[in-house]
Amino acid sequence: MKFITEFRRPELARGLLSQIQSQSRTKARFMEFCGGHTVTIFRYGIRQALPRTLEMVSGPGCPVCVTASADLDKAIALSRVPGVIITTFGDMLRVPGSRSSLEKAKAEGADVRMVYSTIDALRIASDNPDRSVVFLGIGFETTAPTVAASVLRARERGIKNYYVLSLHKLCPPAIRAILDSGEVRLDGLICPGHVSTVIGAHPWESVAHDYHIPGVISGFEPLDILQAVSMLVAQVERGEARVEIAYRRGVRPEGNPEALRVMERVFETGPARWRGLGEIAESGLKIRGEYQEFDAERAFNIVPEPAREPEGCLCGEILRGVKMPLDCSLFGKACTPEHPVGPCMVSSEGSCAAYYLYGGSLGG
Amino acid sequence: MCLAIPVLIKSIEDSEAEVEIGGIARRISLELTPEARVGDYAIVHTGYAINILDQEEARETLRLFEEIAAAAKEES
Repeated sequence: MKFITEFRRPELARGLLSQIQSQSRTKARFMEFCGGHTVTIFRYGIRQALPRTLEMVSGPGCPVCVTASADLDKAIALSRVPGVIITTFGDMLRVPGSRSSLEKAKAEGADVRMVYSTIDALRIASDNPDRSVVFLGIGFETTAPTVAASVLRARERGIKNYYVLSLHKLCPPAIRAILDSGEVRLDGLICPGHVSTVIGAHPWESVAHDYHIPGVISGFEPLDILQAVSMLVAQVERGEARVEIAYRRGVRPEGNPEALRVMERVFETGPARWRGLGEIAESGLKIRGEYQEFDAERAFNIVPEPAREPEGCLCGEILRGVKMPLDCSLFGKACTPEHPVGPCMVSSEGSCAAYYLYGGSLGG
Repeated sequence: MCLAIPVLIKSIEDSEAEVEIGGIARRISLELTPEARVGDYAIVHTGYAINILDQEEARETLRLFEEIAAAAKEES
């Protein structure tokens, strides 16, 4: 557990909290973009520990949650194509699409397999040469390079039955969409840590500049979050709008050049549909023509029925930070982690799941 | 979903490393971190090292936290 538990020491948390308390004068609302940060904030009771001047809202940084119903429907339809094996990270299985879920499709006979890594998906492809193995490419800039690496590996090894349905999304365009909408006033951004491990600090600097909003790139342990909040408070009190890296052990200003190179070789940017945010230009990653034989979108011409959203579900508004989970009439009643209606309750890092598991003392 | 944890690289063979995650020996890919060396802590996401943890920066951050905690204690 080295480089993990040291960043959870309570006596150091008390020091950071008292620094925040003594610095914070101005009322400010910060958004943690990333679902991983949301989980840390809830698990360690950070919202309740912060002074009353500070409010935290959760952003759309949960790849499972922002996958549009129409895209999920496409994945479910693909799973019903004879000879297809769907490989996916576990989180996606239970997310309800318009009419079904991958879990239900599997129960009805579709071959849907949970994998930990694209390396496992590639292995399934080489073990099943007479089947078509489709990996559901869900995830942000953290995950996209690993999927790109699997495509390069498939080409190198001559694996011809491996396909990726690329639903990858990019974080900075989503933050811009939220700031452009003006629906929620934000005074600071806790920028995603492992996304920034790949992309670095520079893409956030233009966001900070264009919207005059401070940003701090944070790690995922409780001390990391407190440090990021403290740095945001310091900027707010000084009227600054810079990007700082708090998570210095994991993020370099330039990111990971090799991961970026691999990602850019395989993918190009294009429009993407986000649940809650709609279509955002240049916010998605599509497979380049040069690698089109691995593109599930081209290999299988899937046209699912028109998508519909679950009735009464506020996931979209919650992802934009406009509504809180407790505002939803389904929350904790019709919609629970055991029987989720919307994706924000399915994913362990969805806002609704975090509220349900840890948010009891936040009240309604 | 962007969960990634630091793990110690025990040995390297081609572009793969042997690591231990939660007491279980695993192999991870170093395709995205060609600079990785034995003894490094890789930040691992879905079976791939996405970066090498900067141990000096980690210690520096903890030193800073200790200073802040000491200053806060003195004030109270």
